[in-house]
Amino acid sequence: MNLGDLVKIVEGKVLTDLFDKNEIVLGGCGADLMSDVLASIEPGAVLLTGLCNPQVIRTAQMADVAAVVLVRGKIPPETTIDLANDEEIPLITSPFGMFELCGRLYKAGLPSLEKSVADQSDFGFE
Amino acid sequence: MVTNPPQRKRIISDQEAENISRVEELAYEIKVREVMTSDLISFSPEIKMQEVLEVFRQKRISGAPIVSPLGDLIGIISMEDLIRCLVDMDVDSTINKYMTTKLITILPTDPVIEASKKFVSTNFGRLPVVDKDQKLVGMITKGDINRGLLRALETDYQEEEIRKYRASHLFEDIESDRTSLILRYQIQQGDFDIGGQASSNIKRALIRLGASKQIARRCGIAIYEAEMNLIIHTTEGGVLRVEIEPHQISIDAYDYGPGIKDVDLAMKPGYSTASDAVREMGFGAGMGLVNISRCVDQMKLESVWGKGSRLKMRLFLDSDHKNNESENQKS
Repeated sequence: MNLGDLVKIVEGKVLTDLFDKNEIVLGGCGADLMSDVLASIEPGAVLLTGLCNPQVIRTAQMADVAAVVLVRGKIPPETTIDLANDEEIPLITSPFGMFELCGRLYKAGLPSLEKSVADQSDFGFE
Repeated sequence: MVTNPPQRKRIISDQEAENISRVEELAYEIKVREVMTSDLISFSPEIKMQEVLEVFRQKRISGAPIVSPLGDLIGIISMEDLIRCLVDMDVDSTINKYMTTKLITILPTDPVIEASKKFVSTNFGRLPVVDKDQKLVGMITKGDINRGLLRALETDYQEEEIRKYRASHLFEDIESDRTSLILRYQIQQGDFDIGGQASSNIKRALIRLGASKQIARRCGIAIYEAEMNLIIHTTEGGVLRVEIEPHQISIDAYDYGPGIKDVDLAMKPGYSTASDAVREMGFGAGMGLVNISRCVDQMKLESVWGKGSRLKMRLFLDSDHKNNESENQKS
């Protein structure tokens, strides 16, 4: 799915200046907890979130997120939009809720790119 | 034709660039001289409109200046003027009758943003460029500006590629028994707005140095979590120190307090001492250290309550150290 199709499906509004509608989105991930995103999202996914602060963009940048969709019609603060422009992360706002957005995109054939964090005790340190 | 733009050496920091896009910036940096057309087709004032028509058609142009034998700019003739003439079926009259003499000019040393402003305010399609002595030196159109900006953006892109190329050869070019590059960042406590900036810079540096996308991503996530920890949990912030070597990346995140009361408990997934405010920002769910441990090959957390903490992380870059979760050392 490319970003142009995605924006149509979510009936979204693009908030960033730079937007390439041909950019490919490999899958999706929905979360409000940034640590969960960092732990579970795979590269190239669209991130659906209700969180609007600049840390969403930082998280997206660190985790190689393809685009961020803000749910429930949220409009982020200027600082978030500015950072998204700087870091070239497409930022979109959609009037739909998280549940409906996940449903719409999944139905349109977008797979989940959210890994399980169930094995969270399985980590090691020196 | 168009002269080559001089190399722009100005480096703009992320902070400075916060509120302006690169294109807007370039519109101020690039001068009219760099994008204007200087080998001009011009007319003398006594030629007939019929000739203007022929020249426009053959040269595929839509406007030209009219210059006196002494080289002074007298007027401009545009497609619109030609159409007026054709409607009047008056191609035998001289250019004098149809040319525009109300001239808006621009200096070659003006930034292109000035030309853009004049295009917007006058609705003209082209502006004559005249020097201080009012001699015509070129013409500028909106198309010239667009082409100039695109070319400059391309140059920027190439510069980034060159920068990347040079950086990735850094370790090969310098001979020593053990070469390393050390990056240090001061992290302020409570500074959520710029939280992640250091991580962002480190990730970019790694890409420039030729690290793979996977390595840059793992490093970025680990350092970002560590940076947020310094912002959220310390009394006065701390330091991120990243040492990059050809075979490994060693990251140190240390602070001067308050320290962790129970390190084992802090390492437990889901355990957190973060405030509600921090949780509202999407952090403080007790997953940070867990995430870090998954991204790095080695990790060690030391802390003395009342003194401070030190988190050491290491990623191996050798191919036999391909990070898999299963390869992480078990505690």
